[in-house]
Amino acid sequence: MTDTASSQLNFFEEKGGRKGLWAWLLTTDHKRIGLMYMYVILTFFIVGVLLGLAIRLELIAPGQTIMGPQTYNSFFTLHGVIMVFVIVIPGLPAIFGNFFLPIIIGAKDVSFPKLNLFSWYLFMSGIFVVLISLFTGGGPPDTGWTFYAPYSFKTTTNMLPMVSGAFLLGFSSILTGLNFIVTVHRLRAPGMKWMKLPLFAWAIYGTGWIQLFATPIVGITLIMIVAERLLGIGFFDPALGGDPVLYQHLFWIYSHPAVYIMILPAMGIISEVIPTFARKAVFGYNAIVVSTMAIAIVGYFVWAHHMFTSGMSTTAQFIFSLMTFFVAIPSAIKVFNWVATLYKGSISLQPPLLWALGFMFLFMIGGFTGLILGALATDVHVHNTSFVVSHFHYIIFGGMGSAFFAAMHYWLPKMYGKMYNIRWANIGFGVFFIGFNVLYFPMLILGIQGMPRRYFDYLPQFTSLNVASTIGSWVMAIGLAIIITNLIKGARSGPAVGDDPWGSKALEWTIPSPPPLENFDVIPDFTETDSHKS
Amino acid sequence: MESHTHPHIHRDDQASKLGMWLFIFTEILLFGGLFIVYSIYRYMHQTAFHLAGEELNDTIGTINTVILLVSSMTIAMSITAMQKGNLKLVMQLIYVTVFFGLIFLVNKYFEWQVKFEHGLYPSSKFVQNLGAGDTLFFSLYFMMTGLHALHIIVGLTVLIWVAVYIKKGRVHQTKYAFLENGALYWHLVDLIWIFLFPLFYLIH
Repeated sequence: MTDTASSQLNFFEEKGGRKGLWAWLLTTDHKRIGLMYMYVILTFFIVGVLLGLAIRLELIAPGQTIMGPQTYNSFFTLHGVIMVFVIVIPGLPAIFGNFFLPIIIGAKDVSFPKLNLFSWYLFMSGIFVVLISLFTGGGPPDTGWTFYAPYSFKTTTNMLPMVSGAFLLGFSSILTGLNFIVTVHRLRAPGMKWMKLPLFAWAIYGTGWIQLFATPIVGITLIMIVAERLLGIGFFDPALGGDPVLYQHLFWIYSHPAVYIMILPAMGIISEVIPTFARKAVFGYNAIVVSTMAIAIVGYFVWAHHMFTSGMSTTAQFIFSLMTFFVAIPSAIKVFNWVATLYKGSISLQPPLLWALGFMFLFMIGGFTGLILGALATDVHVHNTSFVVSHFHYIIFGGMGSAFFAAMHYWLPKMYGKMYNIRWANIGFGVFFIGFNVLYFPMLILGIQGMPRRYFDYLPQFTSLNVASTIGSWVMAIGLAIIITNLIKGARSGPAVGDDPWGSKALEWTIPSPPPLENFDVIPDFTETDSHKS
Repeated sequence: MESHTHPHIHRDDQASKLGMWLFIFTEILLFGGLFIVYSIYRYMHQTAFHLAGEELNDTIGTINTVILLVSSMTIAMSITAMQKGNLKLVMQLIYVTVFFGLIFLVNKYFEWQVKFEHGLYPSSKFVQNLGAGDTLFFSLYFMMTGLHALHIIVGLTVLIWVAVYIKKGRVHQTKYAFLENGALYWHLVDLIWIFLFPLFYLIH
C-alpha cells in the first residue's frame, strides 16, 4: 500500500518489550503464533516420517526384519496419531491460516489474539500428554490411530494419556476454528464483501465450520473411552451391553469430516497459487466458493463409508455410498477450475506451481481410488488392505502434503523476506514426486491382490512390490531432506526479496516482507474495486 | 470470552458474543454425542430404562430444575441491572446465582451418595447383575449428570471471574460483554439440564 512501510520494523524485530524466547512464548501476534505452530509441526513431521520409514523397512521382507509385532503395532499407531492429530489436521489452518488469514482479509490480527495463544498452549499440552504415553505405564498404545473399541479399553498399553492428549488437541482445533470464523465475519477490510474474499480465506472459513461441527463429537467419544477405562462405564463394551459399532460411528462422525479439515485449506492454497503463476484471475471464482462450502456440508454426511463391512443396514450402506459419490462432485469441480485457470495462461513454472501441479496429479489418484472404496461392491474386496492405506496417503500426503509444500514455497519469501534456492527446490520436488509414487503406487496393487494393512508380516508372493515400495520410501525421504534443508537455508540466509517476488497482485504481496507487526499502516479499502483478485 | 485488551485491535463486543455463541454451539454438540448414545440405548432397552428411571428421585430432580431456572433468571436480571448502572444490585444478583449453583451441586452430591449406597453405579456388580439395560442407564446417568455438574463448576468459576472484574472496574455499564457471555454460558448449563431432567427423571 505505502512505501513508507519499508522504514518500519518487521514483526521479527518488534518484540513487544520482551527478550529472547519470551518474545515468542508470550506473543499474541498471529504471525509469530503461526510460526510457532510451524516449528513444532515440522519437528513432529520429521518424527512421523522416521516412524513411517521404520514401518516400511520392516516390510521389506516377509517375517520379522527389524522389529517384532508389538513394536510394529506401536509404530503404526504413533505414526498415525502424530501425522493425523499433530500434523495434517492442525497443519494448514494453524500455520498458514494464522499467518495469512488476517493479512489477506486486510486485518491487523485475528479477533481473539489471546485465545489464539491459548490454543497454541492447548496444542502443546496435548502433544506433551501424548508423549507421556510413550514413556510410562504399559508402553506406547498399539490400537491404531482410530482407537477402535473394544480393544482400546482392553489393551494393557498406555491408552489414557494418548486419548486425553488427542482430546486436548481437538479442543485446540475447535478454538482455532472459532477464532477464524469470527475473524472472517468481523474483521474483513471495508468493502471486502463475501464474494470478494480471497479463496484461501473462504477455505479457512469453511474449515473453521467443520472444526466446530465435528470435533466436539470426537471429544465426547474420547471422554467415553476414558470413562470406560477409568470408571467401568460400558457404552462400547459388549460384556456390559454396549456396542463397539456405535464407537465406530461416533469416531467417524468426526474423523471423516476431519479429512476435509485437512483438504479444504489445501484446496484454498492451490486456488491462490495457480492464478498467481498462470498470471490470470482464477477461473470460476463462484464455483470454487460454492464447492468449498458444499464439501464442508456434504462431507459431514458420509462418515459410515468407513464401516461398510462393520455391520449396517443395506439402506444405510446405499445412502452413505451415494453421499460419498456426491462429495466427489465439488472436488472435481475445483480440479476443472484449476485446469481452466491454467488454460491459455502465461505460465511461470516456479516451485510453488510445480507443487500445485503435483497436488492435482496425486489428489486425482487419491480421489479416483476413493471412488473404488466408496462403491459398495468393490469396497468389500479392498477393505482393510494396503489399497486403503495407499488411497489415503495419496489424498492426505499427496494432497495436503503437496499443498503444504506449495504454501511453504509460495509464502516463505513473505514470511521471512528471503528466498530459497529455486534449483534445489525443483530438484527436491522431482525426487519427492518420484519417490512418493514408487512408495505408494505398489501398495494399490498389493491391496487389490489382498495384502492386509497393519500386518508386520506377509506372504512371500507380495515380496517384490513391497521391496519396490520400501525403496520408494528412501527416495522420498531424500526428497524431503533436500526440500526441508533448502527451505531452512533459504529462511535463514537466502537472498532478500522485495514485497512481491512472484508478481502476484493479491493483498499479502502489497505489504513488506516480512510484514510489520500490525500488517497494514492503513487498513486497505475495497469499496471501489470490484474484482476479488488481480 | 473476555473482550480482549490487545493494544492494536479495537474493542469488538459483537465479535466476543459471536465467539461465545459458537462456543456454546460446540458444547451442545459435545453433549449431542451423549444424547445420541442415550437415544440408541433407550430404543434398544426400553423396559429396563423405564424401570431404572423410577429409581431416580423426582423430588430432588424437580427442586434442582427450579433452582437452575431461577438462577438463570437472576443472572439475566444482573444484565438489566448493569444496563441501568446499578453495580451493587449486579453484584448481589451474581452472588445469588452462584449460591443457587452451589445448592444445585450439594443436592446432586446427596442424590449421587444415595445411589452409591444402593449400589446403583457403573461397574457395580449389583447393577451388572440387573442386566445390560440397567448398566447402560446408570452409566449414562452418571456420565451425563457428571459432565453437566462439571459444566456447572466451570460456569460458577466464570461468574466469579466476572464478579472480580466488576470489582476491579474492568467490566462496567458501558463495557459488559464479559458479563453477557458469562450469563450466556450459565444459560447453556441450564438448557442442558432442561433436557437431562425429563430424559432421566420424567420419562417412565
